[in-house]
Amino acid sequence: MLRITIDNILIEVEEGTTILQAARMIGGGVVPPAMCYYSKLKGSGGKCRTCLVKVAQGSAKDPRPMPKLVASCSTPVQDGMVVENKISVEVQQAREGIVELLLLNHPLDCPVCDQAGECDLQDLAFGFGMEETETIEPRREYPVVDIGPLIKLHMNRCIHCYRCVLTAEQITKKRAHGMLYRGDTMEISTFIQTAIENDFSGNMIDVCPVGALTDRTFRFKSRVWFLNPMNAHRECSSCGGKVTAWMFGSEIYRVTGRKDRFGELEEFICNECRFEKKDISDWVIEGPRKIKRQSVISGNQYEHLKKGSIIHPIEGTTEPQE
Amino acid sequence: MGRAVLLDKVNVPGIRDFGVYREHGGYRSVDKALGEMTPAQVQQEVIKSGLRGRGGAGFPTGLKWSFLDRKSDKPRYLVCNADESEPGTFKDRYLMEHLPHLLIEGLILSSYALGVKTCYIYIRGEFKYLVGILETAISQAKKNNYVGERILGTGFSLEIYVHPGAGAYICGEETALLESLEGKRGNPRIKPPFPAYKGLYDCPTVVNNVETLATITPIIGMGGEAYAALGIGKSTGTKLMSACGNINKPGVYEIEMGLPVEDFIYSDEYCGGIKNGRMLKAVIPGGSSVPILPADLALNTARSEARLLSYESLSEGGFESGSMLGSGGFIVYDEDACIVRNTWNLTRFYRHESCGQCSPCREGTGWMEKILYRLEHGQGRRSDIDLLVRVAKNIEGNTICPLGDAAAWPVASAIRHFRGEFLEHIK
Repeated sequence: MLRITIDNILIEVEEGTTILQAARMIGGGVVPPAMCYYSKLKGSGGKCRTCLVKVAQGSAKDPRPMPKLVASCSTPVQDGMVVENKISVEVQQAREGIVELLLLNHPLDCPVCDQAGECDLQDLAFGFGMEETETIEPRREYPVVDIGPLIKLHMNRCIHCYRCVLTAEQITKKRAHGMLYRGDTMEISTFIQTAIENDFSGNMIDVCPVGALTDRTFRFKSRVWFLNPMNAHRECSSCGGKVTAWMFGSEIYRVTGRKDRFGELEEFICNECRFEKKDISDWVIEGPRKIKRQSVISGNQYEHLKKGSIIHPIEGTTEPQE
Repeated sequence: MGRAVLLDKVNVPGIRDFGVYREHGGYRSVDKALGEMTPAQVQQEVIKSGLRGRGGAGFPTGLKWSFLDRKSDKPRYLVCNADESEPGTFKDRYLMEHLPHLLIEGLILSSYALGVKTCYIYIRGEFKYLVGILETAISQAKKNNYVGERILGTGFSLEIYVHPGAGAYICGEETALLESLEGKRGNPRIKPPFPAYKGLYDCPTVVNNVETLATITPIIGMGGEAYAALGIGKSTGTKLMSACGNINKPGVYEIEMGLPVEDFIYSDEYCGGIKNGRMLKAVIPGGSSVPILPADLALNTARSEARLLSYESLSEGGFESGSMLGSGGFIVYDEDACIVRNTWNLTRFYRHESCGQCSPCREGTGWMEKILYRLEHGQGRRSDIDLLVRVAKNIEGNTICPLGDAAAWPVASAIRHFRGEFLEHIK
């Protein structure tokens, strides 16, 4: 067992654990936000740089601090490591810088974006964003593309986290989806413009931290905070059938996978459950999911957010009921 | 000054040919190493020589070799990084073009020391014309039993392959290079694990620069201690400098470490002074990525000592008043050069070459380029200068690979030393 101290909290973890995973074991405010890391996707992480932390002591053997901030999602814990996240001004400033850069070309079209209310970037911007922009340059623009009949791609909103690419790699045998070009002209594409026809392709919508990939069967039907997320299940031959049904009255508006308190899917669900079963008779409704009051999903809490107050992105997501 | 150990034979006619190279003392180091020395002894000589990586970072080569995972039962690889694309740097191209056998000899020696059976030369796509030169040299060496099965009748076998890239600056970063060599998109990997443990095809790998590997040849030839006697302090030996810009004699020069910058610019043996009798304005001493130095700081350190061409002297004063030796791409600007335009030009390069994998570099390089474009084209705002400093700071140190730093340093240093000129560009 390795001992690691994160923001003055000591925890023992197994070898091979990353700093982020250790922080998640502690939970609460010490968990760094992660836009690209996804524990269920192999090879994810390291790209968005929002989870940067300061390593004040490398290990018990070599107590020197690490010269640069490190990505907590991809740095393994060493025995005696001391990590600073929330208590480090340097980390907070670096994170503000990263968020500014992530928002640089993001269209900020939240009022017409289906992801608004459950968007990781929106939460992050509330936590670390500046109130005004210093850019006067036009943002980059791409045409909106349909990836097959079920998924819509808004490349303008993409933050290049690679989660959907990795999801597509896991669910398809041959490469069908990936990055084209490089630098700030890089874009997600299916090779080339072929629809991903796979029973699990809908999970790409759930792993997308922003509104770049949205559900075409739900587009513009409702804002997410007007809906009640309910745990539901059904007998399904291809997936576990455990989902969140987003309901308005007795109508099901959309179906998504169940997300844990770090915004990650508990399990992938199939396209049949997600896109085709929208009738209440298809499902056994278990009961409402718990939502934290700070969450923008809980609705109309915006007036409390003044400059400087930090709403932690992690706390702003839905949490399963006990 | 002026002792050449790498380029001493460069002017011999036909030196590209195996026979001529052999006549002039070529492959004697391999004869010596394979005949009299164990692999550990070869590595020991390299450690003794104090050789530091010539690709830019200046990491001790012997130390890097000692990190190689020798317990693993997987094959080991040596990769020669010939993806020289740093603006202002053209020493590796010169070396490979004129002395291909020197590099191959270095590869054989290094492979012998590291226990490598397969070696790749990853060469920049734009250097296509060099692929033929290197492959001819390899086949000549093969014919003479210096490459291939059971070299010189010993148990040591080695194959060398030349692999051209597609022309991406980012593939000069060692892990992006390995990705590209594996046939994938050239994105840098997230470290750890380091290539010494998980490199090419997840096997232990050493990646070294062309000049570093070529230097192994004279080190074995003359002995590590004799090589370490050259140079100054921890900057041992000689270094290839590729000089360009507003000077009378641009070109590749081999200098002994410790040569004063002033001598290098003004002596007739090297750059031959500033063109058209102009005054020196600024110097980028180590390739476009390193901080720019104004004339006074380029010639003398902040403590009024003469600035020398060595790792330590050039970085004296940190980034406040110093720079780095980097890859040795020595760019000289005279008084007529516009620093803002030049900085914009460099940022354009980094914007184009960013792989786009991590957010600070992807977005930041583009933003800096756009701001500098506005400044250069008379649309700048007064707040843009501080904004540039802030953006550069947000990129620096926060990226996966050093490209982010490389993009941020020229901007930050140009504003640090030439803020007045930026202000003049704002109407």
